[in-house]
Amino acid sequence: MKRVLIIGATSAIAEATARLWARDGHRLYLVGRNEERLGAIAADLNVRGAGSTHIGQLELNNCEQHETAIDKAIETLNGIDIALIAHGTLGDQKACEIDFNLALKELNTNAISVISLLTHLANRFEVQRHGTIAVISSVAGDRGRQSNYVYGTAKGAVTIFLQGLRQRLYKSGVNVLTVKPGFVDTPMTKDFKKGLLWAKPDAIARSIHDGIRRQRTVIYAPVFWKIVMFFIRIVPERIFRKISL
Amino acid sequence: MEVHGWGRYPRADASVSFPATPRQCRALLACSDNLIARGLGRSYGDSSMAMNMLDTRYLDHFHSFDESTGMLTCAAGVSFDDILRIFVPKGWFLPVTPGTRFVTVGGAIASDVHGKNHHLEGSFCDHVSGLELLLGNGERVETSPTDKPELFHATCGGMGLTGVILSATVCLKPISSSEIVETTIKAPDLDAVLTAFEEDASTTYTVAWIDCLARGRQLGRSLLMLGEHAQSGPLTVQARKPTPVPFDMPAGFLNQATVKTFNALYYGKARQAKQTRRIPFEPYFYPLDALADWNRLYGKPGFVQYQFVLPKGSGSDGLKKILERIAKTGRGSFLAVLKVLGKGNDNHLSFPQEGYTLALDFKVEPATFDLLDELDQRILEYGGRIYLAKDARMSEGTFKTGYPRWQEFEEIRGRWHAIGKFASIQSKRLGLQ
Repeated sequence: MKRVLIIGATSAIAEATARLWARDGHRLYLVGRNEERLGAIAADLNVRGAGSTHIGQLELNNCEQHETAIDKAIETLNGIDIALIAHGTLGDQKACEIDFNLALKELNTNAISVISLLTHLANRFEVQRHGTIAVISSVAGDRGRQSNYVYGTAKGAVTIFLQGLRQRLYKSGVNVLTVKPGFVDTPMTKDFKKGLLWAKPDAIARSIHDGIRRQRTVIYAPVFWKIVMFFIRIVPERIFRKISL
Repeated sequence: MEVHGWGRYPRADASVSFPATPRQCRALLACSDNLIARGLGRSYGDSSMAMNMLDTRYLDHFHSFDESTGMLTCAAGVSFDDILRIFVPKGWFLPVTPGTRFVTVGGAIASDVHGKNHHLEGSFCDHVSGLELLLGNGERVETSPTDKPELFHATCGGMGLTGVILSATVCLKPISSSEIVETTIKAPDLDAVLTAFEEDASTTYTVAWIDCLARGRQLGRSLLMLGEHAQSGPLTVQARKPTPVPFDMPAGFLNQATVKTFNALYYGKARQAKQTRRIPFEPYFYPLDALADWNRLYGKPGFVQYQFVLPKGSGSDGLKKILERIAKTGRGSFLAVLKVLGKGNDNHLSFPQEGYTLALDFKVEPATFDLLDELDQRILEYGGRIYLAKDARMSEGTFKTGYPRWQEFEEIRGRWHAIGKFASIQSKRLGLQ
């Protein structure tokens, strides 16, 4: 029975992953903003077989509260084996181009708050000398594109932060997993027209569950995005600037 | 976005919302009318279609489970598949299940679905001890057979027209094995299969596959499949994923020749007059779930499923006449299903009534609709009715004659603030307000 901390637990991908951990009988600590939804999810996970489920309400953009929230989770579970950071927002790129305050808000939610949480988690995992920290980044962080480069900037920052953190924590026996989903059919993307490239949260959840178990370092979910992003990354800027992506 | 039911006919443009909490459902309700809730979209026709659709996919949480009684409380969007995956390994089964596990609890209540055990254990709502409903005025109310019974009975089988079902409590059934002991009886004609149904009325699960293209002396030849939960054995759920049908088949793929061949092979598959085997529950209850999107076999135009019930009083004679008519046109589908139903219940629009029910698919083409209109008339003459969850085309008159309690249903809808808020394309076609 593992002890799992999930931050951004009401996100579709986090919830789908939590269901897999509940089936494994793990003990879960859910952190999120909406207490009503956290309560409903916790009850659900208990029926699905979780060893125990606890919830902690947190405004994730309020970084001052992060340390206390994490310590409370550690105290409740008596240590953490797996931490998953899954919160995020997909802002309106066009609006961010006009209004810097919106862009700043996106960067705060998707990058700064994650880096703050990771700082506190890393120091605690480093001391306990075991466990996995998994973070949901995005394929959008692999290369800036005009259609969502503000979001991409935040995710790119997270990806790079995790690269460094992975090296640092390796010495302590702690694994850091970067998850890069492609297009996922969730409430966050409800306004998009869905095509062949779209995946269900369940599929991403299985990748995360599996990636943590197998101590992977970076995973694309679904895996075909690894190939797609390889080609997107190698296109020279001279050509890339002319493409509408 | 474009939406359609499982039969992929008709299609319509709709605005679909995906609320994640009852609070969001209420907010959505406040700013929309002509609203209908939709689960996994497995009703065949237009009953889950409306201008504004509330998709319950994110309302898929279990609330609680009592291991001593089997009482499960969950949100409306929880699927039967989900329930089976979690509870079969613990020794529990659905009290009633239709022929697919990809339906939601909310949808099962709205259609008051029945299964192979109807003759003994009734329909799904007979095992629902209570539910929470979001009314048209935004109020959330609990209702049960003893608490606001009129609202409960109108909601069970009420096709989502009384409000949005938010959650329900269902009594699961204890099992000691996930395997089914299946006995297949070969019945050479209609009389033989109906007699076999009578003789095996004490068997928990009974259903017959019937060859709708067989004529003359072979009219109604069937395979009767009896099932009982095995008394001992494993409690497992198969992990195998369904095989997809990757694209729409050409519209002519299922024609008289292919269906005739299939039927002959299927009937011939059972070599002995009676044989027994142990199989996992999935192929027994859900043979078609092995093929994801099997509705694509009918090609782009789609298909309509036609399911009617004839009261026992009208006897096998009526059934025989209707079968003759269908066999003559050569339009019968593969996998037509015959079942003897038990007594009906108190729900205003529930389909089952004591008698014979036959379900079959027809490719969408002009001649189909003429044939079905003609069959409607005969069925009404025998005092029967058509299943709303399958329907995509019946007339207002057919509905109102077949479901004589529709006025009572409308009065209850009026009293509980549903009129003007909840409507589907089907309900409008059927002349409900």
